[in-house]
Amino acid sequence: MTIFIPTPLRPYAGGQDTVEVAAATVGESLQALTLAHPDLRNHLFTGEGKLRAFVNLYLNDEDVRYLPGKEATAVTAADTLSIIPSIAGGA
Amino acid sequence: MTTTTTTALPELTTDDLSRYSRHLILPEVGMEGQQKIKAARVLCVGTGGLGSPLALYLTAAGVGTLGLVDFDVVDSSNLQRQIIHSTRDIGRKKIDSAEEKLSALNPAINIVKHETMLSSANALEIIKDYDIVADGTDNFPTRYLVNDACVLLGKPNVYGSIFRFEGQASVFATETGPCYRCLYPEPPPPGLVPSCAEGGVLGILPGLVGVIQATEVIKLILGKGQSLVGRLLLVDALNMRFRELKLRKNPECPVCGQNPTVTQLIDYQQFCGIVPDTPQEKDVKNGIPQLSVKELKRRIDAGEDTYILDVREPYEYKIAQIGGVLIPQNDVPNRLAEIPRDREIVVQCRSGVRSQRIAELLKQAGYPRVVNLAGGILAWADEIDPSVQKY
Repeated sequence: MTIFIPTPLRPYAGGQDTVEVAAATVGESLQALTLAHPDLRNHLFTGEGKLRAFVNLYLNDEDVRYLPGKEATAVTAADTLSIIPSIAGGA
Repeated sequence: MTTTTTTALPELTTDDLSRYSRHLILPEVGMEGQQKIKAARVLCVGTGGLGSPLALYLTAAGVGTLGLVDFDVVDSSNLQRQIIHSTRDIGRKKIDSAEEKLSALNPAINIVKHETMLSSANALEIIKDYDIVADGTDNFPTRYLVNDACVLLGKPNVYGSIFRFEGQASVFATETGPCYRCLYPEPPPPGLVPSCAEGGVLGILPGLVGVIQATEVIKLILGKGQSLVGRLLLVDALNMRFRELKLRKNPECPVCGQNPTVTQLIDYQQFCGIVPDTPQEKDVKNGIPQLSVKELKRRIDAGEDTYILDVREPYEYKIAQIGGVLIPQNDVPNRLAEIPRDREIVVQCRSGVRSQRIAELLKQAGYPRVVNLAGGILAWADEIDPSVQKY
């Protein structure tokens, strides 16, 4: 599946805007992502391994928080996962 | 959504009929729509990157009352994107420069100037007189402040935000739709997400996103079309891709949920983890002593041992440098071996933000003496050596 990496996190993903991973669930895809790009881990997860509260994840166009299975939701190779960052620029 | 009752709509003058003729022949606008636009009161928070196209197009469209909030002055580095200001406006108050352009464009518009920084003390008082708020600010505390004030007052918040080549837009805080906090319940810790001043922004991008905001404002006034309520539009200017995501109203949202815990404006600096500098803390920030450029100059002149670590990018180093050793911030963790542990390390960047973060990182990595050059190379150019190119 394809994971979209937002601009602020690209330096920690080798500058890439998308990363392809093979995974069966949303959670597994994040594991695969942070295994390939360890620098991302600290930006996505707390020390206890919980997803950080200000990180928004969307499976296709749905907020993972509102999916019944949440991070255990099954994914296929055709799905996309978007990490939506807080950005505040405007001036 | 209607912003005014049809009975109170102002008449269009002969000048209006001519000026807005391309609107009047649109079935979706027509006479009544243009009258609604004339009756509308819109507040633009910020007259910068997003605020420039927003204010210009809303003025051109005939929005009857346009409020502007800004406290800043025009700087030459603004002109790459803040198209409401001109070269001759450098040093002028943005709000005066903006008013002049807007009045020249459309003298019939009532421009209301709020020359202030929007704060918890004044936000409700300012926003209450408007129908719609367009948020063109540039920092997290003000984003949350604008959102909460809009929710508390029941005013739609037309949101736009930009970073580098990436933009976001939505409409928050309508009666049935989600708010900014439904999407972002918590702000990121300070320093994690760089500002445009630190990370850069494509000058055209705020034009793109600000015009999307202006479009949404006009649609809300007209009550036509499908607004961005419940949708987050993502703009990727580098690949020129637009995507949209579904936003849901969070029933547990602390401000717009069923049992709100935020029922009045709070301290948004504190909420975003920003600790105000007290006089004692000015010299030490998060455990890192802050070195002034004057003190650095004194040390260099006195021949004292000084190791300057420049954590900017190579292209910045080419523009200007003050004799530091260049290791870009993202390379520092992998290149610690090159940084001596037995000397005091003066970390330096453009404005002192990135260098503070790297100084904290070095301290965590066990470096005994690390200081941050407060104000960075910009302060050096201002206070020590004006021949150093500012950028």
